[in-house]
Amino acid sequence: MTERVRLTHPRTTAARPVQARPPAREIDELTVLGELYLASLMRSQRRAAFGVCLGAVGLLLVLAVATAEFPGWRELTVAGIRLPWVLVGFAIYPVLVGFGGIAVRAAERNEREFAALMRER
Amino acid sequence: MAVQPWAEAGVVLVSVATVAVGSLGLRRARTTGDFYVASRAVTPAWNAAAVSGEYLSAASFLGIAGLVLTHGFDMLWYPVGYTAGYLILLALVAAPLRRSGAYTLPDFAQIRLGSTVVRRTASLLVVLIGWLYLVPQLQGAALALTAQTGAPGWAGGLIVCGVVLTTVAVGGMRSITFAQAVQYWLKLTALLVPAVVLGAVWHGRHDRLPASADTGWLDPLGSGLDHPLYVSLSLIVAICLGTMGLPHVLVRFYTNPDGRNARRTALIVIVLLSVFYQLPTLFGVFGRRYLPELAGTRFADATVLLLPERMLGGLPGELLGGLVTAGAFAAFLSTASGLTVSVAGVLSQDLLGRRAPLAQRRQRIRAFRAAAVLSLAVPYALSLVGARVSLAAMVGLAFALAACTFCPLLVLGIWWRGLTAVGAMAGLVVGGVLAGFAVLTTLVVAPQRGWTGALLAQPAAWIVPLTFATMLGVSLATRSRIPAGVGRVLVRLHVPESMISELPSIDRSSG
Repeated sequence: MTERVRLTHPRTTAARPVQARPPAREIDELTVLGELYLASLMRSQRRAAFGVCLGAVGLLLVLAVATAEFPGWRELTVAGIRLPWVLVGFAIYPVLVGFGGIAVRAAERNEREFAALMRER
Repeated sequence: MAVQPWAEAGVVLVSVATVAVGSLGLRRARTTGDFYVASRAVTPAWNAAAVSGEYLSAASFLGIAGLVLTHGFDMLWYPVGYTAGYLILLALVAAPLRRSGAYTLPDFAQIRLGSTVVRRTASLLVVLIGWLYLVPQLQGAALALTAQTGAPGWAGGLIVCGVVLTTVAVGGMRSITFAQAVQYWLKLTALLVPAVVLGAVWHGRHDRLPASADTGWLDPLGSGLDHPLYVSLSLIVAICLGTMGLPHVLVRFYTNPDGRNARRTALIVIVLLSVFYQLPTLFGVFGRRYLPELAGTRFADATVLLLPERMLGGLPGELLGGLVTAGAFAAFLSTASGLTVSVAGVLSQDLLGRRAPLAQRRQRIRAFRAAAVLSLAVPYALSLVGARVSLAAMVGLAFALAACTFCPLLVLGIWWRGLTAVGAMAGLVVGGVLAGFAVLTTLVVAPQRGWTGALLAQPAAWIVPLTFATMLGVSLATRSRIPAGVGRVLVRLHVPESMISELPSIDRSSG
């Protein structure tokens, strides 16, 4: 078996044609470019995830401090129940569900964008 | 206290039903995979009900109402934190952890860091957290049975141990997923129906709290504890960050088919918990009016159980009392069985004897059953000693220990590629030793007053940052020892499954 060898002049001065490598392969082989794709996915997911967490925990801490340190509005009532009880005992829960919905949507959107990027070319 | 025949009937019914559902699963549990995690063929709605069923423990069902009755407004942060914990878990951990293919926290440590030492340490922590969480379940069972039937103190916990061991031994996780989902709805019904009836009674009588005597109780920071603001804030931190480190919660997420479903499951869990956690607060308020003598006593935790009888009396009161007792036992059984499966899994795999992947299936299942006995025997013995703290406070300490150790491990392991095994180990040791010391001092030594007491009883706010700092600092100092395959692991954690299947060289063997 002899390989067929082509003898050609090396085109050292011309730009090499860009190879069409699918991005998914870069990720698969974790080339430099693949690492960059991964880092950008992690960055977008990290931003979404920590954003939701900081928002929610921040809201809880602010509420805790606000009910504790600003007694002025403690006496306000909603349907005969004091406002802090309404907020912390009941109203906070739909807000937490809302934050959860945002987290799911943001994460899935990031994943869709990443998938679209990988399917290019 | 008087013997309540309906309460006895409720306990018997829930116990028998749990064993029956468990043995139904026996015929279907064919492979070891089935036995452990129900083969991951569970829809998010079912799985979310199962997660919630397992999560709503004695602390939620009985403890919160007792705390609200005794301490008032500040205790509302407990149920809020229990719910917000799932939000943090959803955002930071659910999908990547599911994609990692880890079945337990030690598995995750091994996959991410490739270190047996970190794995062993994580195993030890799982067992400690599991035991710390099991003790109040068994104490709650003892309290409920004593309050409702006058049974001796050792009986309630023994019933729970017996039922859990039977269920776990015959059915494994498949049957438990099903049983846990049913338990959520049972627990919700067992609080919702009495809450509606008692609420109607309250409304019909145009009842009010004795407001003049209760201004402190109604107000924020009126709990009578030292440094109440710090205590509230640290509690929020502990519960929000500790949820992701609870061993029985994590295992349940493995049952999802993929990361996307894991997130959706977590979202449904938040909805289910939000519905449930409105109710204990009502019982606490009603209890303040009708059972004020319980405030500050051991029987404050029995508020939910005793309230129907006190407010209604007669047959309706007894029937509703029976219903809440049944619900309470559902809470003990579901949480205890979830914890037992997790602790026994870790004990049989990592801590007792060598990990033997080649061992025969029968041998492994036999080892698992033996470990299940051990994982209940220790907390049962501890539960007989008696407690210095309430059910919810004790569960709060388990959350704090999880927050101080596993939360930094998971968050940094998933989101930061620079974590090294040495750094993780240093963080686990610092967090584990400090939090363990705080927990032991709170439980064994008499409660301290002043700042010492507050910092020890609610340690999360100062230990969690310390653990994070240790893991970050030591990892940066040992940068040369970042695990070699970290990129590949992170791809598996973050890239959606549908795409991973197109990547030939990513290892999916343990997923």
